[in-house]
Amino acid sequence: MPPSPCALCKVNRALILRPKDHSKLCKTCFISVFETEIHHTITTNALFHRGEKVAIGASGGKDSTVLASVLKTLNERYDYSLDLILLSIDEGIKGYRDDSLETVKRNAEQYGMHLTILGYDELYGWTMDQVVEQVGKKGNCTYCGVFRRQALDRGASRLGVKHVVTGHNADDVAETVLMNLLRGDLPRLSRTTSIVTSTPSASADPASDTNIKRSKPLKYAYEKEIVLYAHHKKLDYFSTECIYSPEAFRGSARALIKNLERVRPSAILDVVRSGEDMAKLVPGSDEGCGGACSKGVSAAEEEEGEGGCGSAQGRSTGGEMASVEAQLRQNEAAVDGHLETEITTKTINGSGKQQEACAANGKKAKKGIVPKKSSKQVMGQCKRCGYLSSQEICKACVLLEGLNKARPRNHIEVGYEVQDVSLNSVRDELDATSIRRD
Amino acid sequence: MSNDDTIPITIEFSGGLEILFSNQKKYNLPLPFKDESGEPANVAFLVRHLCDNVMEDPRKELFVLDGTVRPGILVLINEADWELEGEDKYEVQKGDHIMFVSTLHGG
Ligand SMILES: [Zn+2]
Ligand SMILES: [Zn+2]
Repeated sequence: MPPSPCALCKVNRALILRPKDHSKLCKTCFISVFETEIHHTITTNALFHRGEKVAIGASGGKDSTVLASVLKTLNERYDYSLDLILLSIDEGIKGYRDDSLETVKRNAEQYGMHLTILGYDELYGWTMDQVVEQVGKKGNCTYCGVFRRQALDRGASRLGVKHVVTGHNADDVAETVLMNLLRGDLPRLSRTTSIVTSTPSASADPASDTNIKRSKPLKYAYEKEIVLYAHHKKLDYFSTECIYSPEAFRGSARALIKNLERVRPSAILDVVRSGEDMAKLVPGSDEGCGGACSKGVSAAEEEEGEGGCGSAQGRSTGGEMASVEAQLRQNEAAVDGHLETEITTKTINGSGKQQEACAANGKKAKKGIVPKKSSKQVMGQCKRCGYLSSQEICKACVLLEGLNKARPRNHIEVGYEVQDVSLNSVRDELDATSIRRD
Repeated sequence: MSNDDTIPITIEFSGGLEILFSNQKKYNLPLPFKDESGEPANVAFLVRHLCDNVMEDPRKELFVLDGTVRPGILVLINEADWELEGEDKYEVQKGDHIMFVSTLHGG
């Protein structure tokens, strides 16, 4: 094939074929177009305000590295006047984070940003290695995900930062749209497609309660282009698989997305847009109640994001479809067995009423779609840690309780089987009872 | 095999793909000039060659799926997206730099 010229400058050789519109661009034009589109996403959604302090959830991986690089560039080019810092979480998986944290440390220097690293041990008293020792490799991603989400919010709160940006890309969002469609969970679908979500901060003092805003400036950026941007800009990023989550690609929602992309590259953004359109139709969605609903709804975990494990921000690990099926069966079983409990906790401040109303809306919608007995969702605070939660005890604390109970049993010859059962049942119960996970 | 029968090329793996290739990112390879049926070596043949002769990891499906490079792995031929170069039908030239980048790992 003869080399094609760039569609924009008509001079340089085209190196990039854009998935969204099939245009052929040279390296320079591609980099410029990619950055301009992120700028457009930021301005049309009014993601930032001048002087805002923003923490970039940084893993050293491609998405967050590209996000940091692009935000630094745009902040200077368009004078956003943002105070950008890096926030990293160390799950405590021996050997796994060493290299990625080194990458983040180099990024901090390269971009001239302040970096804070928070460890699971520091926050929860457990490293992921210790959790795995306790619960086994199966299902540990649940712990990792729950701990991880709170860790970013807690970290931000600790640093006095009210806005965390994450590197979720269009492929991540498309994947969660598909997953929530498969689950029949339209209320969640509506929340996960929002570019801005809000999670309550961790504070034992209700007076200092503030919401941590989350946003994803790369929401409309193709994963392919993120990788190409990192490659052509020669960004220093790190990639590895989480050793606790052996990836089985076949049969995962991610594989479906990548196969769709191969057949018709625009499919990814089409799925994202479809998700947004469907979200508008869901009663009790953020749009439906002026955004007030999102206040009590924790976005991050049920969202793609930290729900997975450390290696990926939003990637499903394999066998995802199978786990959806299992989840559906489990939900049915829960209805039959009346395992779900009515949980009511006190509302927070004056906004409680509105949240309740929104929750009721969501409940109605829920009933129409999923034949499932809903528990009443009112946001309160976790009695243990003060984290805002729809349950009396937040999910992280429930998991921690299970872990801490099991720890001393190690010394007695009870056998791992027994422990596994108890821990798994705690987790299963959580999965079955939570509609809006806290 | 004499030098006349091979094409010297550079292969690079990144984005986590190098894990499947003994953690080595760069390979300078002599690729046989012709494929199994005597046709000029193309990228499809290169991929088979890498699978059979270079890759020690048994998880071939993480690199190749359904007879072609697994979706989610980008192929760059001298920095250009292989889709601009004819994908796996591209005939490998002397001194080519062919890069395989996984997009699937890490956030
Ligand atoms: Zn150009
Ligand atoms: Zn708690």
